[in-house]
Amino acid sequence: MKPEDLYFWDGPLPETQAPTSTPEPWTETKVVGKPVTRVDAYDRVSGSAIYPSDVILPDMLHAAILSCPHAHAMVKKVDTSAAAKTPGVRAILVDGQVGANVPWYGGRSGFASRLFDPHCRYEGDEVAVVAADTIYQAWDAVRAIKVEYDVLPRVTTVAEAMKPTAPAVRDGGNVPQAPPPYSRGDVDAAFKTADVVLEHTFTTPCELHNPMELFGCVVKWDGPRLTVWESTQGVYAVQSTVARALNLPLANVRVIGHYMGGGFGAKLDTGKYSIMAALLAKKTGRPVRLFVSREEACRSMGNRPANTITLKAAAKKDGTLVALQSRVVGSGGAYSEGGTGGVDFVIRELYACPNVKCENQSAYVNAGPQRAFRAPGHPQGAWALEGMMDALAAKLGMDPVDLRLKNIALVSQSRNGNPPYSTTGFADCLREGAKTFGWADARRKPQAPAHIKRGVGVAGGMWQGGSGGPPATVIVKLFADGSANLNMGAADIGCGTKTWGAQIVSEELGVPLDRISIEHADTGTTQFATPSGGSKTAPTESPAIHAAAFDVKQQLMGMAAEQLKLPAADLELRGGEVVSKTDPAKKVALGQIQAFGRRGLLVGIGYRGMNPAGKAVNPFAVHFAEVEVNTRTGEVKVVRFLAAHDSGRILNLKTFQNQVFGGITMGIGFGLTEDRVMDDKQLGKVLSANLHDYKLPTALDAPADKTVVVVDLHDTFSSTGAKGVGEPATIPTAPAIANAVCHAIGVRLTDAPMSRARVLRALAAQKPAPASQKRGE
Amino acid sequence: MDHDNTDKPAPATPGVSRRGFITSVGTGAIGVAAAASLVSAAPPETQADVVAAGGMSSVSLVVNGRRHTMLVEPRWSLLYVLRDRLGLTGTKIGCERGECGACTVLIDGKARYACMTLAVEADGRDITTIEGLMTGEELGTTQQAFADEDAFQCGYCTPGQVMAAESLLRVNPSPTLDEIRQGMAGNLCRCGAYAHIFKAVAKAADLKRQGR
Repeated sequence: MKPEDLYFWDGPLPETQAPTSTPEPWTETKVVGKPVTRVDAYDRVSGSAIYPSDVILPDMLHAAILSCPHAHAMVKKVDTSAAAKTPGVRAILVDGQVGANVPWYGGRSGFASRLFDPHCRYEGDEVAVVAADTIYQAWDAVRAIKVEYDVLPRVTTVAEAMKPTAPAVRDGGNVPQAPPPYSRGDVDAAFKTADVVLEHTFTTPCELHNPMELFGCVVKWDGPRLTVWESTQGVYAVQSTVARALNLPLANVRVIGHYMGGGFGAKLDTGKYSIMAALLAKKTGRPVRLFVSREEACRSMGNRPANTITLKAAAKKDGTLVALQSRVVGSGGAYSEGGTGGVDFVIRELYACPNVKCENQSAYVNAGPQRAFRAPGHPQGAWALEGMMDALAAKLGMDPVDLRLKNIALVSQSRNGNPPYSTTGFADCLREGAKTFGWADARRKPQAPAHIKRGVGVAGGMWQGGSGGPPATVIVKLFADGSANLNMGAADIGCGTKTWGAQIVSEELGVPLDRISIEHADTGTTQFATPSGGSKTAPTESPAIHAAAFDVKQQLMGMAAEQLKLPAADLELRGGEVVSKTDPAKKVALGQIQAFGRRGLLVGIGYRGMNPAGKAVNPFAVHFAEVEVNTRTGEVKVVRFLAAHDSGRILNLKTFQNQVFGGITMGIGFGLTEDRVMDDKQLGKVLSANLHDYKLPTALDAPADKTVVVVDLHDTFSSTGAKGVGEPATIPTAPAIANAVCHAIGVRLTDAPMSRARVLRALAAQKPAPASQKRGE
Repeated sequence: MDHDNTDKPAPATPGVSRRGFITSVGTGAIGVAAAASLVSAAPPETQADVVAAGGMSSVSLVVNGRRHTMLVEPRWSLLYVLRDRLGLTGTKIGCERGECGACTVLIDGKARYACMTLAVEADGRDITTIEGLMTGEELGTTQQAFADEDAFQCGYCTPGQVMAAESLLRVNPSPTLDEIRQGMAGNLCRCGAYAHIFKAVAKAADLKRQGR
């Protein structure tokens, strides 16, 4: 089975064998879907969970990185003589040293360099690394290293970088070859004949992931074998990168990531820090801990590129969309081409529209490289598309929910052959969400004549992934006493992977959750898994877990059938007993199945099969926001939020709801508070490289009044029918808020985040709203 | 992308001008509700003697009811001492500059950022970490409420959240929703589990009032 490419995996994915037998989808469930408490809740609230940054090994050293303070510079000379004499220093690595000239690959962009490339292309490129007895001593030594830089002209904005006279960030210029435009139908003809044509330019912020646990690892050598405890979304991704860079056999690199403190896409990649830690540990013969600082994380550990999106849309009087045309510009920083990746997907796909053209242009700038960030491109695309839909509704005098319902797509218009969606609950999300939210009433509610204005808004979204697929291999073991072990390579990055995994085993084998142990995210002991990201962990792993448990069950039934002298098809597992369906008096307790007792252990293997051909599998979402806008201060407060989601089957209602709430919170950040601020005009440095200046939503920014509406259309594209939710949960949030702001104050903000300054400026520039945009119409 | 919220063109001159610096930085200071009221970065007043930089100073910390007398460098934070010297890694590192709350502990019963407290400042103080809320292997009331209400995702900020909640409930046993939100505003959760955190704090308050 040849797997589909994954946007965050370098190179081809390994194939797994086709499943030998696939269980039927459940008709009803006793454990799956139920809001059970996480199986690792105790570990996480007691403080006993050991995150990679908590690992303490005997004789462990602590490392710190010296990074380039300039936006663009060439390292001329590094003088470590003073640093080497500071107390506690055990090793320093710089470019040109024996053992430090390790090749480094810039991921999917194909950029090849080395670990300490003297050509520093952004503020944060690594120059040297130190290991010392304490972290304080490591930083002392970093500060004592003297570096001579040749400071080069720099460029940090896309507009400047695209000028022919701009300083070159990379050899070959700042403007990589643009991908060919996406096109269907004839947009030019459609714009000429449409009843309504609108064009707006939208901008979105550069967002920083800022997971609470920083980026890094603890490493230890045992002779030729290396163990890495890394805060990562994918232990196998780290294993392959480390093995490649250090020229080690894969088998000799064991990566463990049992717990990790958040990634949001940034920890799909492997950082140079893991290589540096391994080199330092080799040089000193001691374990090394290397975690970057919050400031370094803000500068170097990825971002969601800022985008400028010009969107032109045309519709008929009755609201039928006839044309969409987008031009997206953005930058993935100094090393990545991916400045516009994923932005136009919702524009091409979310609404039925015969004429669509999308162009994208990325440019290199002297800034930190982008990394995949929760639904790459999609929140940006939705910010533009859903703002445009709201503007179209106003122009046409239609209700925004009705306009969307008028343009529901039942087939995937931008995939080859226009396959139908396996299920699409987009219309149901709109209808049921609107009903539960009280949309019609809230929309008509008269405005109080106060300086605080209230408004409601809606926005939709979908995610290009969320279908999952091979490869995935899972092992389930059933012990003779009826307890079980689940073994899978996937990381639980906070989405409850271990919990719903155990729920599936429990469902299939009737083993209580407290009698199931889990091994996961360890290249030494678990099966290959792709990194947890892109809303694909549940849809990829859950059918494989189901199949593994089913395999065990079939073996068990075979043994019981032999003993009871009944056909296996007549037997079912019920409360620790195998019982005849036709004659319940005929039964045998698990402990009494002799063949099982002699074996002591049953091992089941589950593989993830392909998704059905000719179908597109995608999750959908619609968000409804109610806001208060203070017209004196410009503050936007989200007071109520409803999220309607079609993610197929829900595996655990509690963790599902939590994840949706989390996506909303992150979307509030995108829409209202988060913005990497660069000193573009002076030094090209990041001015918001900390959590004071880079504003994550706090407990005061996230509304307590949040509701999730589940739309489950019983999709059977896999045996579990679970689609992803992590990405869709954050895609429509910000435009829903923007549309609510527009409803509240009668003026549309097209720049995210909607900071107070921007809101006040928009109010100051406000012209009387056209009749169609007035409340109640 | 223009990030300059003033929308005033700044001259593209090389080097740093005061005006240019202020207009650039100004953006970052706008845009989010105020944080931290009950959780404060203000350290308790110090009782340590003045020692030379690089020298070691003796401190006596009472951590989770147990006294530790040890030599520390004056610059060592309480966070560093708890994690790397005492092995109490339940208290987490997030920013080391008093912005995220992952390192929240109780000092004399009040929530404090351990990263903003020097070990020498904590000399003689009574310190409670997440491990100190346990009774043997049993979860404390607030911890149990966080587990029951799924008040976390990745769980990394959770010990800090639990300690902030614990501090709030010791001062205010029956907080309103607004008081809970204010009390938890000094602790960031990037996974965005705030709605469940509010429920967990309310539940912990209920359980504590019932004497559990």
